[in-house]
Amino acid sequence: MRKFPINMHLNVDSFLPASDAEKEYMVQMRPSTTFFRDGVKRLLKNKIATISFIMIIIITLACILIPLFWPYKYDKQLGISLGKPVDPTYANLRPFEYGETEQAKIAAGETVFPHIFGTDSAGRDYFIRVVYGTRISLLVGFFASLIVLVIGMTVGSIAGYCGGKVDIVIMRIVDIIYSLPDMLMVILLSAALNNSGLDKLIQGTVLEKIGLNILSLFIVFGLLYWVSMSRLIRGQILSLREQEYVLAARACGAKPGRIIKKHLMPNCIGVVIISTALQIPSAIFTESYLSFLGLGVNAPMPSLGSLASDALNGIHSYSYRLIIPAVVISLIVLSLNLFGDGLRDAFDPKLNK
Amino acid sequence: MNNNENTPLLEVKNLKQYFDINVGVFKSKPLKAVDDVSFYINKKETLGLVGESGCGKTTVGRTILNLYKPTAGEIWYNGKQIKTKADINEFRKKATMVFQDPYSSLNPRMTVADIIGEPLDVHNLYSTKEERRERILELMDYVGLNSEHASRYAHEFSGGQRQRIGIARALAVNPEFIVCDEPVSALDVSIQAQVINMFDELQDKLGLTYLFIAHNLLVVRHISDRIAVMYLGKIVELADAEEIYSRPLHPYSKALMSAVPVPDPQVARANKRIMLSGDIPSPLNAPSGCPFRTRCPHATEQCAMETPEFKEISKGHFVACHNIDKIN
Ligand SMILES: Nc1ncnc2c1ncn2[C@@H]1O[C@H](COP(=O)(O)OP(=O)(O)O)[C@@H](O)[C@H]1O
Ligand SMILES: [Mg+2]
Repeated sequence: MRKFPINMHLNVDSFLPASDAEKEYMVQMRPSTTFFRDGVKRLLKNKIATISFIMIIIITLACILIPLFWPYKYDKQLGISLGKPVDPTYANLRPFEYGETEQAKIAAGETVFPHIFGTDSAGRDYFIRVVYGTRISLLVGFFASLIVLVIGMTVGSIAGYCGGKVDIVIMRIVDIIYSLPDMLMVILLSAALNNSGLDKLIQGTVLEKIGLNILSLFIVFGLLYWVSMSRLIRGQILSLREQEYVLAARACGAKPGRIIKKHLMPNCIGVVIISTALQIPSAIFTESYLSFLGLGVNAPMPSLGSLASDALNGIHSYSYRLIIPAVVISLIVLSLNLFGDGLRDAFDPKLNK
Repeated sequence: MNNNENTPLLEVKNLKQYFDINVGVFKSKPLKAVDDVSFYINKKETLGLVGESGCGKTTVGRTILNLYKPTAGEIWYNGKQIKTKADINEFRKKATMVFQDPYSSLNPRMTVADIIGEPLDVHNLYSTKEERRERILELMDYVGLNSEHASRYAHEFSGGQRQRIGIARALAVNPEFIVCDEPVSALDVSIQAQVINMFDELQDKLGLTYLFIAHNLLVVRHISDRIAVMYLGKIVELADAEEIYSRPLHPYSKALMSAVPVPDPQVARANKRIMLSGDIPSPLNAPSGCPFRTRCPHATEQCAMETPEFKEISKGHFVACHNIDKIN
């Protein structure tokens, strides 16, 4: 023993180095798992989240793959063919009914692909329109969330990391944006954009097909909806910045870039992914009710909201045309929300401490 | 002068660390976490720093390593003042820190190897991946960690093992000086003994110098050559460990020492425990003059007027008190 022997409760013998056997005993540990693998395991245990995830995959695959082989086009009015008068028998077909020329073909022994959901009032196959509408809704949800993520993350991490005056200024701007009525902004923006000559600019691009309204929706998401994301990320970075491991990295001379990349990002990425996942359904929902109000995609491109809106005209005779897109929206939003909740339960370290 | 045996390895002169605290919307007030602290640490020596929680021990350690920019004061290392960015960078290869909380001081998303290897990465201390790996395994061996655990994550380890990982990280750059900030206070008593013993062994093996912070007097006594007692941002007494235990001079040190349990019942009965009245004041509203006067049984008017000087009473024994002669 060096210096003073301990004369108190501590037994001097316990200051001897551990024997090999003791060391061996101390290294009994459970098999190594990474944080990610742990989370996935917990996620898979959650039946509701797993089912929701499968549901999302099925819906996504369906709206990518079905248009590839479906014999009808979403904007093809089946009653109209070149050089012939309009055939009115194609409009408003009920599920599994056929138009006149199709019935003739069937009578001649040919097989005709059925109209599973019938056709709409303009004689377009309704099933493929629902598929396209789902596609649009998913795309809008995904890209709007991506915009929110990129802007929110950049602004939030700058505010959180720099702190001080920068933080105060950014957060006051965020507060102001928070207080703007978002729906009013969407409506005003789409009106402003429609008169801005932007439509000429986007002529011939994919954006034209989707329409200015959706573009203004994206812009509004980009301008307004990032604020809650940036608040969340700022809070995360602020609390992570005070962690001792960040201090330890600074104590050994690590530069800010390294600290952000190695210490701050990996520790808040879980929360970021989760809130992005939860952002998607809210974007889809917004798009749907804007389309329902007539501020969504440009005709003839359908979206689930505009399909539901069109169906209102024939709600008594053709109520299924309203029910189908409504059910699809609910399914998508519900499974995304449940999956997002599952993600949070599985990956948020604060809940599984 | 640089390698003179008599220059202390680290010298701190009149160090001050004030934090600006917002009181009200536009007003801020300085919180004097460390207020005019001076001491030195010789090579291969351990200076223990004790004091109640919140008295500024951690802040002293962090300010020395320039994790907080000092409000005032000088830090000299090996006869050279640490001032410029380049000095600080160079200093960080020689001086490291072991943190108090073995949980929050290890990044939960990094493997043990990456945690221990971080200082190596930052300072580019290896040329090949193989070299890095070998160095990490060597460090793990130093602190008694099994090399098979290199690819595991910190959350899989117990508190004691985590603290060993933190120590291995502090050793990575081959430092001369380590600030140990209450490295065992979060551990079980039985584990505390092992870890302190390890600090002792490492010091002998690697020729380390420690600033060893603790609030447990027993721990510091075992490992320290000299001990500084801190109260409300100031060092009130500093002396050889044996001296401060057998002959504390400052009334605060006396109270602290009297709280240490003694195994001999006769001695214990003779040493009546000195109870301090009241609580430690907030550093935001520190008393005028002597910081300890509000709780000191011997306080006089002079104590409220003047801050006592930190004087050398006998060789190597420093005390800051107006009434030393009267009390003792
Ligand atoms: N970063 C900081 N900002 C503001 N006040 C701080 C900061 N760090 C410590 N303090 C304050 O300084 C005082 C001393 O704290 P600290 O050095 O942690 O004490 P100890 O380690 O002795 O318990 C405390 O009152 C604490 O609230
Ligand atoms: Mg402390």
